[in-house]
Order: sequence, then C-alpha cells, then structure tokens
Amino acid sequence: MSKYLVNLKINNMPIAVEEGTTILEAAKKLNFRIPTLCNHPDLTVAGNCRVCVVEVKGARLLAAACATPVSEGMEVFTNSEKVRVSRKHIVELLLSEHNADCTKCFKNGHCELQDLSSEYRIGDHVFLDLVRPESKIQDISSPSIVKDDSKCIRCQRCVRTCAELQGVSALAVVNKGDHQKISTFLNKPMHEVVCTNCGQCINRCPTGALTERNYIEEVWNALYDPSKFVVVQTAPATRIALGEDLGIPVGERVTGKMVSSLKKLGFNKVLDTDFTADLTIMEEGTELLTRLKRALVDKDEKVVLPMMTSCSPGWIKFQEHMYSDMLENLSTCKSPQQMFGAVAKTYYADKINIKAQDMIVVSIMPCVAKKFECERPEMRDSGYQDVDYVLTTRELAMMIKQAGIDFNKLEEAHYDSILGESSGAAVIFGATGGVMEAALRTAYEIVTGREVPFTNLNIQPVRGMEGIKDATIKIKNVKPEWSFLEGVDLHVAIAHGLANARQLMEKVRKGEAAYHFIEVMGCPGGCLGGGGQPIPTSPEIRKKRTEAIYQEDEDMPIRKSHENPEVVEIYKEFLGEPLSHKSHDLLHTHYKPRKRY
Amino acid sequence: MENNLKKVDIIFEVDDKCTPLEVLDKTLKRSADDIILDLIDSGLKGRGGAGFPTGLKWKFTRNESGDVKYVICNADEGEPGTFKDREILDRVPEKIFAGMTICGYVVGAKEGYIYLRGEYNFLLKNLMKKLEDFNNALKKRNIDFRIFFKSGSGAYVCGEESALFESMEGKRGEPRNKPPYPTVAGYNSKPTVINNVETLVYTTMICHMGPERFKALGTSDSRGSKVFSVSGDTPIPGIYELELGMPLHEFVNEFGDGDTKAVQVGGASGHCVPRKKFNDTIIGFEGIPTGGSMMIFNSSRSMYNVLHDYLEFFTEESCGQCTPCRVGCQQLLKGIEAVKRGERPPAYLDDLKKLTGTMKIAAKCGLGQSVGNPFNSIIDNFREEIIY
Repeated sequence: MSKYLVNLKINNMPIAVEEGTTILEAAKKLNFRIPTLCNHPDLTVAGNCRVCVVEVKGARLLAAACATPVSEGMEVFTNSEKVRVSRKHIVELLLSEHNADCTKCFKNGHCELQDLSSEYRIGDHVFLDLVRPESKIQDISSPSIVKDDSKCIRCQRCVRTCAELQGVSALAVVNKGDHQKISTFLNKPMHEVVCTNCGQCINRCPTGALTERNYIEEVWNALYDPSKFVVVQTAPATRIALGEDLGIPVGERVTGKMVSSLKKLGFNKVLDTDFTADLTIMEEGTELLTRLKRALVDKDEKVVLPMMTSCSPGWIKFQEHMYSDMLENLSTCKSPQQMFGAVAKTYYADKINIKAQDMIVVSIMPCVAKKFECERPEMRDSGYQDVDYVLTTRELAMMIKQAGIDFNKLEEAHYDSILGESSGAAVIFGATGGVMEAALRTAYEIVTGREVPFTNLNIQPVRGMEGIKDATIKIKNVKPEWSFLEGVDLHVAIAHGLANARQLMEKVRKGEAAYHFIEVMGCPGGCLGGGGQPIPTSPEIRKKRTEAIYQEDEDMPIRKSHENPEVVEIYKEFLGEPLSHKSHDLLHTHYKPRKRY
Repeated sequence: MENNLKKVDIIFEVDDKCTPLEVLDKTLKRSADDIILDLIDSGLKGRGGAGFPTGLKWKFTRNESGDVKYVICNADEGEPGTFKDREILDRVPEKIFAGMTICGYVVGAKEGYIYLRGEYNFLLKNLMKKLEDFNNALKKRNIDFRIFFKSGSGAYVCGEESALFESMEGKRGEPRNKPPYPTVAGYNSKPTVINNVETLVYTTMICHMGPERFKALGTSDSRGSKVFSVSGDTPIPGIYELELGMPLHEFVNEFGDGDTKAVQVGGASGHCVPRKKFNDTIIGFEGIPTGGSMMIFNSSRSMYNVLHDYLEFFTEESCGQCTPCRVGCQQLLKGIEAVKRGERPPAYLDDLKKLTGTMKIAAKCGLGQSVGNPFNSIIDNFREEIIY
C-alpha cells in the first residue's frame, strides 16, 4: 500500500513528501541543510541535542526537525530569527560544557561540534565554563578506546550504537541533570566492563569524547629505530576505505597507492593480512570438515556444531562475555592478523634472516578491537608479542599526511613477497559473508574436486546487508575420501553487527537453528564497517565499500585461498598440513569465559 | 476587609447516600458518548497544571482503534509546594478508582495504573487495601477493568507524562519526542489517557452531580474549583478547595500573614507575583494557572535565595537529555551566582533572560520550557535583590 503524500512549505517553497517523512528529510529534498548532532543514519531518532530546531508556523514551540513528522499544510522555517537565536544558544551551551581545547584534540578538524561552532562564528564564550575538572581525566584503561568525558556533549549516539547496533550496552546514561553523563556499569573503567572494543561508538561520536587509543608515535619511533626491522600487514578492508580520509571518493580502491605510501613511510617490508586470510581458510576449512567427519562418521558426541568463525576480535570478546557456554563452537583458528604475527616472527623471520626480537610487526586494521587482540596473553606464540602495534585505517591516513606524502599522485606498488600474495577469497574477508564465501569456495572444491556451482564463483546467497543471512549448499558427487558428505545439505548462517549476532546465538542456544557453520563479524557490514574505518559511516557508505571489495575480488587473478602459491609453499616448507602440530602451536588459540558485567 | 473567596467542598465531599461505587454503577449505565459530552460541557481542564480539556482527551483516546488501551493516574506529585494529591489519595482514593474505571469504560481500556510518587510509598499500605476491595467490587460486578499501582523512584521529570510512560516501561525516565501524543501512543505505545489525581476525582464528581454544579463555579476559561496547596509565610498552611478565577489579592487577604511580599503561583516552575500585582492577577487559565501550589513569601525572605533554590532544583532534576534544559539550567544557576559575586555585570541577567527564551521554545519537555517562568518573574520584579 503506498503512503499518501503530505503537502507542506519549507522556507516558502512547496513540496509534497510521503507521510511519515521528517522535516529534516523533507528539507534535504529541497536542498536546505539543517544542522544535526544527535542524529545518525544508523540509529533511532533521539531528538535530544535540539540543534535541528525549526520554526513551524502557528506552533508555540520550535520543532526538532529530526524527530517531527511533516503534516498537511505545515509551514516550516529553517532559518528564521527565532531559529537562529535558539540554535546559536544551543551551540553555545554545548560549548560551555565541552572541553574545547580543540588544537590539542585528536579529533581536531574532524569534529562536528567544532564545525558548528565555526559555522555560527561562536567567539568568546558568552556563557560560563561548566567543564568539571574531574571529567578531564581520560579513561585510558582500554587498549582500544579512549573515553574523555570532558568532550562529551551527551548526544547519546554512542549509547544507541552500543545498544541498538551491538546489543552490548557497555555504555549507558547515568545520573540526571548536571550530573548526567555517559558511563559504564558502576562507572568502572572501560577495560573492566563488557565493552567488546568494537569501536562502533568511535565511528559515531561527533566529538573527541570517544577515540581510538592511538599508537602513531610508537610506530614512528619503531620506524626511526635502525635496530628494528619493521614489517607492516594490511587488512582486507583497509584498501577500499583509506582513500576516504585522503580526499578520494567513497568506494574507490587504493590498494596500490596504500602499498606505495607504506613503503614511503619507511616500513622495511609491506605485506598483506590477505595472505593469512587465505591461510585461515585452509585451517578453518579443514577444521570444519574435521568436525563434520567426527559428527557424521565417528558419531562423536563431543564434537560441537555449528562451528563459528573467529576472525573478529570484537565478536570473540562478546562471545566470551555473553555466551561463554558456547566458546567450544568457536573455531580455534586465530584471526588472520594474529596468524600473520606468529608466522612473521617465526617462518618469515627465519627466511629473511632477521631475529624475531628485532622485528616489529605493525598492522593496519579497519578495527580497534585488534589493538586489544594483539595484547591478549594468548597471542605470544612466537615467543614475543606476535603483533606489536595496531593502527586503524584513520591513523595510517594521519601518518601519510604527517609524512607529507601526496597520496593522490602516488604510483601503484605491489606487496613484497613472501607473505604478500593473496587471493580474491582473502579480500572478501572484509565484507559480511566473505569468510563464508571464501571457505565454501575452498571446502566445496576439496570435497568434490569441482568449483562451487555459482556463476563466476560469486556465492550471492551469502552476500548482502541483511542482518542475518542463511543458505544451504547441497553437496553432491563427492570424492571417494569424502563419501560421508554425499548428499549432505550444508546449512550456513551469517550475522554482522553484534545485535544480530545475539539474535542468532539465541536461536542456536535454543536449538532452533541446525547450522553447520556460522560466520559472525562484530561490525555492521563486516570489517569494511569496522570501528577503525574513516568517519563518517552510513548504510550508503558501507554499500559502496562493499561493492569495491567484491570488485577487488573479481579483479584478482587467483580467486581461491588454496590456490595461493605462497600458502601452498608455507605448508610444504614449514607447517606440513592444515591442523598439523606446528599449525596448532602457531595458528590456533583458545578462549576464556568473561563476566557478564 | 471584604473577601469573596469561595471555599468549595467537592473533592473531599462524603455522600453516604452515593458512594464512588454507586456513582460508577449509575454512570456505566450511560453511553460513553454521553459521558464525554458531560465532561466537555463541564469545562473541566486537567488539574496537573497544563490544563488540557479532559473530555477531549478521553474522546481522542476513545476514537483511536486498537484493543489495548490504558488509563493512567498521574500521582507523581513532585512540583515543589504541591501536596494536594497526597491528601486526595489518602482520604478519597475510591473516587480516583471510580474515575479511572469510568474512563476505562469510555475509552475501551481494561487496565488502569496509578503511578505513585516514590516518596508517597508510605501511603501504599492503606491504598492497596482499598484498591483490593475496589478491584474485588469490579470483579463482582463483571466490570472488565483492573487497577494497579506502580511506584516511581523520585525523579521529578517522571511527572511529565511521556517520561512517566518510559519509567513505567522500566526505562530511564526521559521525556519522548512529540508527536505522537499519549492519546495515540502512550504507555507501551498504546492509546493512553493520563490524568492527574485531582482531575480523575472531578470526573467522578461530575458524573455524580452533573456538569451544572461544576460549571456554576469559576469563570468561562476556568470552570469549577481546584484544590490548592498553601504553604510558606501563612498562619494557616494546608489544603483548600477554592473556586477558580479568584483575584490573587483575595487569596492573600485570606492566607497571608499581613506582610506578604510575593506569591509563587504554580510551584517552582510557576510564576512569582509581587505585591504590586496582586490586584491584577487572576488565578486560572486566563491569568496564572497552577497545579495547586501557592507559596507565600513575606518581607523576611530573600528572593535571590528563593530563585537560587528553584534553579538548584531544576539543575538537579532535569533529566539531562536535551541541551537547552541540561545546560541551560546550570547556566542560569551559575549565572546568578556570578552576578551576585560581581564576576559578571548586572546586564548579564539580560543575556540569561534571552537564554530562557530559547529554553522555553527549544527544550524537549515542559520542565526546561518552564524554568524561565520563575526566572523571569523573579528577575523582573526583584532585580535588585538578585544583584546586591
């Protein structure tokens, strides 16, 4: 049933829009921008910052444009005297409780409040400074997220992100009135609560109240230290988003330029997490087939299905807190980042004749949970911390700017070898459904000797932005050694964003979902929507990044993980075979239950 | 001195020949539309302070489709200086229950809730017993309506209807965006009538005595009577039911101590009227409306302290979600302190007055919108007391 049209005027211009449209959306159609702070395309409407107030003819009150639906005959003014005076007051009020030391702020130049302040030319503060001295003490307890209450404007985007998108609610509103603030359970430090370090709050914080813990100086120090051999790995989703922070349109791939810039920054070797993504497929695919065999042939009652992916450290910590009874379901595979660190400081260090203690491994990640992950005590299988520093895509962009590199004009360069070769299957790890698709491309072929029966290897059913997807793959005409899988319907499911993951886990726990394999990514859209990616984010932006990822896959000469020659090589020379003793030592890990609060 | 002040006895009137249950019995024999017509005809407006016509509120809710609707009695009496609902709850709760049941019948609701201010939990023991009897009486009569209590937890803002719903739903008590209004989407997002305690008693009494006796009282804009909570510098503080539309000077003649300097009408969020304006001020919707609070100040009181107390109250009781209220209240409070200490010039008070203009039209709910009432009326009339 089509909605009916509502006629109204905005700044005397007539427009007809669908019933239910907000004033904000209607104004946008007429190219009137109404400023907003608490509004975000990924979140429910709050209407609490009041920056978007507009005048409606005949109304006693100004209306919050983001929260007010249009009505027939309405006459709206977006820049009347009343509106301007009020809006300016509101910005001044926000600034009066905001620690406006902009020049020293990590978000300097990327702050929505700063932009508004500049737009309204707020000069000397009219109002009294209300910043509480105690609020200036930053919470730096988390290795991933820095929380600075003195910068917070209480828009509650982070609270809504944590609750609505992630279903975690590590951040919540506490107290009222002048003591109202965004805090954690019992005001505990961030690293002691259920925060998964996903960083989605950072992506949506309009100011510098929530930022990543940045390691830019540490990495520069390593690069300048002649006694260190510094290698860098880049995650799949970085190459399709880095450009956004460097003046390049959303959705444009910058793989070659990124490699080139990393070389210019002085990294000794520029390598690719995609290599270990391929390695992950070998290990995880084999683990899945092994679990299936134990279940179907050995009738082993201890085997746990569905098996769940373990690439996303936010998801892992979520599971450790919320579903600690289901840790056995998680694949024992480390994430590609951590496989890389372990392999780099053993196999690779030997190959290039560098002592592990002299090697620094830096990761460029679309993620802030990776910062936490690399510090996990389990992640020291090389005898050293396997990955030393994790930089977000945003931090890399800052380093490129600091180094004075004209990113746009860079030549395209190739990853160094070895540990630089990868497949299209690896790059789609960056999109929701990608790990599943990559795993199916390999596992199906191992079992049947044939390619997956999808046009151009693109397994459409596992792609797309639906919160939870599922698919069934019929396995037919298998090779003799896999006869137990003949005719089996392989049921798989995919969730992205932890609120969706929670829904899926509830189904699994209740036994309502007989899946064999589940992929979960902690962030909406998968890694391409990660907490370390360029800001802003929105469904449209993530859609463009997704298209870029799949295009990158199609352009790769190798599309399947098991065909990556460097992967073949590492098994031949070093690991033996998937799930070998050595693999277990270096590439697999375990998880620990954590408290629910 | 001559005094026309008219004391009324409707709310607390006890008629042994017609108990609230008997009022209910005779009312439920009438059609819902007739009851609504009587309420509209009576001119009854909400007694919580905002003054929305009660009959219309019921009519709008009745007109909404849907099987599930609610009747809520707002007993979160938190306005400083208001204590009349406590007395009503204690003395004539059956009249409240009857009003809610009539409302349920009219709008098609099967459940009613009394949202009781947390600080009034001491009333619960008595109330629960009476409610149980009442619910049993409804059961016996095969009336498909039950009433329950919900306790608040002490936040002033939860008296705001949409914050009250949030609180009832177990969430943080924060006002919602409007529209939608409660008649469309209230408690649990279902059509809801939410009325003040006193309003519900008047609905029972109008059903009992007909609209005529009610209409005969008050003025054309302010029909009927109202229960006032009289406090401050008065020899006779307490609860009084008075005809609406009275001139303030008559009120002061009756209740003042002979040295009245100002009356704060409508509680902390109301208006401060100085002595020179007593003669021209009408207490009612055409003049200064009130939820019942009348605070009398004599010449020994510092109006700076009065305003300071109010602003401290609002600074603490703002829910904190919207900018104009959360930050605005703090700026007003710190602002008058700064002026008092000489850290800001007296003219800064005018900047603050402009700020209340923004709060009045841009804050999300009535709390922030009304802070300018006491602020401006005290600053305008007692400016020298604020500065020096």
